[in-house]
Amino acid sequence: MTAPALGKDLLGLEPLSAEQIRLILDTAEPFKEVSERAIKKVPALRGKTIVNLFFEPSTRTRISFEFAEKRLSADTVNVASTGSSISKGETLVDTARNLEAMRIDMVVIRHPASGAAQFLGSRIRSNVINAGDGKHEHPTQGLLDLLTLRDRFGKIEGLKVAICGDVLHSRVARSNIWGLLKLGAEVALCGPATLIPRELAELGVRIIPHIEDAIAWADALNVLRLQLERMQGGFVPSLREYNRVFGVTRERLERAPRDLVILHPGPINRGVEIDSDVVDGPHSVILPQVTNGVAVRMAVLYLLAGGAPDWQAS
Amino acid sequence: MSDLLIRGGRVIDPSRGTDGVADLYVKEGKIEAVGRNIPAPPGTMVVDAAGKVVAPGLVDLHVHLREPGFEHAETIASGAASAAAGGFTAVCSMPNTDPVTDSQATVGFVVRQAIRAGKARVYPIGAVSLGQRGEQLTEFGEMVQAGAVAVSDDGRPVASSHLMRTALEYAKTFGIPVADHCEDLSLAIGGAMHEGIVSARLGLKGIPSAAEEIMVARDIILAELTGGHVHLCHMSTRGSVELIRWAKSKGLPVTAEATPHHFTLTHERCEGYDTSAKMNPPLREAADRDAIRQGLKDGTIDCIASDHAPHHYDTKEREFDEAPNGIVGLETALGLAMRELVAPGILSLSEMIKRMSTTPARIFHLPGGTLAVGAPADVVVFDPDRRWVVRREELHSKSANSPFIGETLVGQVEMTLVAGRVVHQRKDRSTS
Repeated sequence: MTAPALGKDLLGLEPLSAEQIRLILDTAEPFKEVSERAIKKVPALRGKTIVNLFFEPSTRTRISFEFAEKRLSADTVNVASTGSSISKGETLVDTARNLEAMRIDMVVIRHPASGAAQFLGSRIRSNVINAGDGKHEHPTQGLLDLLTLRDRFGKIEGLKVAICGDVLHSRVARSNIWGLLKLGAEVALCGPATLIPRELAELGVRIIPHIEDAIAWADALNVLRLQLERMQGGFVPSLREYNRVFGVTRERLERAPRDLVILHPGPINRGVEIDSDVVDGPHSVILPQVTNGVAVRMAVLYLLAGGAPDWQAS
Repeated sequence: MSDLLIRGGRVIDPSRGTDGVADLYVKEGKIEAVGRNIPAPPGTMVVDAAGKVVAPGLVDLHVHLREPGFEHAETIASGAASAAAGGFTAVCSMPNTDPVTDSQATVGFVVRQAIRAGKARVYPIGAVSLGQRGEQLTEFGEMVQAGAVAVSDDGRPVASSHLMRTALEYAKTFGIPVADHCEDLSLAIGGAMHEGIVSARLGLKGIPSAAEEIMVARDIILAELTGGHVHLCHMSTRGSVELIRWAKSKGLPVTAEATPHHFTLTHERCEGYDTSAKMNPPLREAADRDAIRQGLKDGTIDCIASDHAPHHYDTKEREFDEAPNGIVGLETALGLAMRELVAPGILSLSEMIKRMSTTPARIFHLPGGTLAVGAPADVVVFDPDRRWVVRREELHSKSANSPFIGETLVGQVEMTLVAGRVVHQRKDRSTS
């Protein structure tokens, strides 16, 4: 085996180089096929123990990681914050040290606090994979979005991608911004000014206030979930108005100069940030995103475990 | 207690505008004489201060000593020892203890504990409102009788403009300032660091500069309305400096302090979710830091205060959002002022001592800040050129939550005297 190509942890896409991101995407390609087999298993991580440490509710990401781990033949344990000592007030650092003492190889962590994955990674020797930390990053989501766009367009470079909605609170947005910029795409952020941190323009993204303009500009839209509690926070007056002013609707898409590819990280609020006929329409790649999620996570697990970049799953 | 002759140091006394090599003779706890070639009577301890600076002891208007209530992080004794080690002969302790220092009884407790500790002088600051709840005024008169030198709800702003108005009016009766922690909570709530590009990248909720500036503007306007003395704590933004400059141009009774971390560090220090850089007000941008430096130079910012805020290491060993605000600062304040302000020529040595001793003493009407003959011998002797490394295990505070651990500072305290008594002496120093 060669030296680990990604370093010890996957904390975000910001610290990765374009080469490292491409390596993960390229490594994911052969893993896609594993999930299409009758026997969906390869022995790449046999004997490795992985803990899935989820401090927040998650369906898609947790199951996707678990499938990825099992299809690589790793031994996995799921720990949720409820029903564990975390609910008894154990601190994150103590949880980490106890897991470490059980001689595990990797931790996949989802946590409500930004920086939690880095906190863990700097305190234990095991590999740490960030499965979403607060409002910071969700790197495997960013990677599966990149893989889905690459499948569809053949390349990322030169693509125009608009990230629409609640960027302020979105870890998906941050990972997408970094990944897309590093691979040479143009990125726009679109949404109400209350939900778009204007400082992000310093990273080299453009801010497009009106969804009609974003649709006219973009090749693809990545539509973020509008969390219902944002109304109480005073960021938007009502979901109804949000849909009318910022919603991705078929009518708006039909006026676009070209067909747009539609991504959404889920879970979807149908009729709020995106209309059902767009979700279920011909340009939606929302389900291919989910399929790619397993392959990307297999690639990340495999590379962090020290797998050679040129490994072939077939 | 023996008398003391500090011989051949560079004696700097901003209260009298003097700066030159001289001897300083301390007798019976007071400054007896300052001059050349003072003979040492028998029994006098003689300290060779050649190459050292001899100055009035430093005065810190803003520290948290955590007692009562949080003695695992600091006690009045450990905090007063930390002060002495940092060259401070007097510190003013904020009332956000448990119970809150909001009555003559709790103020008296702080005074007694400080006397028992016998290190730096500790002057209590009483709360503005009962329990710091922002509702009902405390008994300023009784607290002043018990030893309080100012009132503040620090840690929290005085959110109600009406309460701030009445506090400023009522405080006038007793000649004390109201020290305000300026923060519009509706803008700042849930914030963990400065709102800017770093918070946007890290995904941490930001505290906009406007949260401070709105309250600075309000307090200035209320100082004008009431004629009461408002002291603005830990100023951190360029907008605040501008507002204070405007207030001073109108001659309003407004004074302001800034911390060493705000004239040294910027929000980039939070990268990596380093909780030792988490404080409130947060570290801001380079332009803010530069405005604070300029404010200290031109006097818009009157003084330097440490906002010494000890926290047990467990509480900082947390997710950034969960970690408490603040850093210890008493033992690094002088070294940072020397490195960041004096070395680059922003302040002269004398101006630095003025901002750390003479002026703060005047703002809170404290004795000290002077080497005038007859004054209590509160004195610091420091080596202005000595470089030293901040080491966790060498701090006198019970806590070591500092972003400066491992950094090299310039200027180290050799000796601290309170009322002529040596309360700190650097360990490997030899005296004759």
